[in-house]
Amino acid sequence: MVKKTEEASIAIAEAVKNCEPDVVACYPITPSTHIAETLAKFYSDGEIKNFIATESEFASISAICGASAAGGRAFSTTSSQGLALMHEVVYAAAGMRLPVVMVVGNRALSAPLNIWCDHQDSIAERDSGWIQLYCESAQEGVDTAIQAFKIAESMMLPAMVCVDGFYLTHTVEPVDVPTVEEVRKFLPKFQPQVKLDPENPISMGEYALPTHYQGFREDVHKDVLASKGKIVEVHDEFEKMFGRGYGGLVEGYKSDDADYVFVGMGSVIGNAKEAVDELRAKGKKVGVVRIRSFRPFPEDEVRKMLEGKKHVAVFEKSYSMGSFAPVYADVINSLYSLKKKPMVSSFIGGLGGKDVTVKHAIDIFKMIRKREHMRVWV
Amino acid sequence: MKFPIANPKTSRENKTGDWRSFRPITDTSKCIKCGTCVSVCPEGCISGADVKKPLQERELPKTDYDYCKGCGICANECPVKCIKMVQEEK
Repeated sequence: MVKKTEEASIAIAEAVKNCEPDVVACYPITPSTHIAETLAKFYSDGEIKNFIATESEFASISAICGASAAGGRAFSTTSSQGLALMHEVVYAAAGMRLPVVMVVGNRALSAPLNIWCDHQDSIAERDSGWIQLYCESAQEGVDTAIQAFKIAESMMLPAMVCVDGFYLTHTVEPVDVPTVEEVRKFLPKFQPQVKLDPENPISMGEYALPTHYQGFREDVHKDVLASKGKIVEVHDEFEKMFGRGYGGLVEGYKSDDADYVFVGMGSVIGNAKEAVDELRAKGKKVGVVRIRSFRPFPEDEVRKMLEGKKHVAVFEKSYSMGSFAPVYADVINSLYSLKKKPMVSSFIGGLGGKDVTVKHAIDIFKMIRKREHMRVWV
Repeated sequence: MKFPIANPKTSRENKTGDWRSFRPITDTSKCIKCGTCVSVCPEGCISGADVKKPLQERELPKTDYDYCKGCGICANECPVKCIKMVQEEK
């Protein structure tokens, strides 16, 4: 393992290369472009087997689905409108049980046009049957990309690794990228349970009558839920081998004895942790709970970590227009069975790259010291 | 874990004629064995009336009701209008 200082996108591309994918298919889009172009360079240098420079994101995801159906390890990366264009095939990949891996450089959706970070693009795909893991740092992006192949391939479900656009994708940080030899020890060869084979022909994604369709969909849901155990198992195994851990499904930071908790996903958690350190120095009982796995949603773990808290602030960079903020809604659902429920307030911010600083996090902690319920656009 | 897969070539067992709501009935007394219905059938399920053979040697066209989906193109194209679409009763 070599620690080097490089841009997260380049480090993630190196990690993907070291997972020895059979097919990579990408169409460049800000802010995930550097991942795609670094993989294209690796292909030109003969370091990865196949790279398809597709004509659109719809073609990228279709290509990796085809590669996966034929029994290959397949990867793509995209952002924002690119992911929106993939939407139709995103659902098909999960329904056909194709364990492709995709890194999403999270970015706002149009309109108005905006290239900066928020989570609306991947949140829009939350109901598709993909596993969604949200990363806090460049290092976690690298490590989660490697873990994602192992989780996806053992559950036969596609996995999305979400890294915040610019905050992570374009930030230069010291990172350890596991070498090919190290990854080989961790990640076995992909052995599909079902694949396209000319000797034994099958049709995949067959049409299902009303008597059967729902059964297939229910099965995808049950297996996404069942992947919780696999996510933790793979995470723990990775931690044992490489010495880096991220809490599995949910990560707590000084949250055990805290009365007031900040819940969120992605890179904003760094600022929230900083705010916690400042407030702890003044004797305030505050903490952070970071949701790493948004799909499957860690209902039991969230309930366990938030039980007995006075006030929980769920901060997120997305919204369901005309309803509630998605992470907030899931947190509330998870706590509903508790007899004594903590107060939970919703904070929406950072849309389209709007600045969220340590001061914002401190202000949120100040606001939730009152018992009253709030829904605030920061 | 369920995989939505199917084995191909199932049309040997899956008789798609079940889908039909109208059945083409050919009035063989009016048929001129021109072969138009054979060539326009999108399912390729009308045989006979081979235009390569001289008229005297041609057989009457025969519809394979196991696969005819009842689209009615044959009835529409027949130059002597000898094919009628009759509602299926099930």
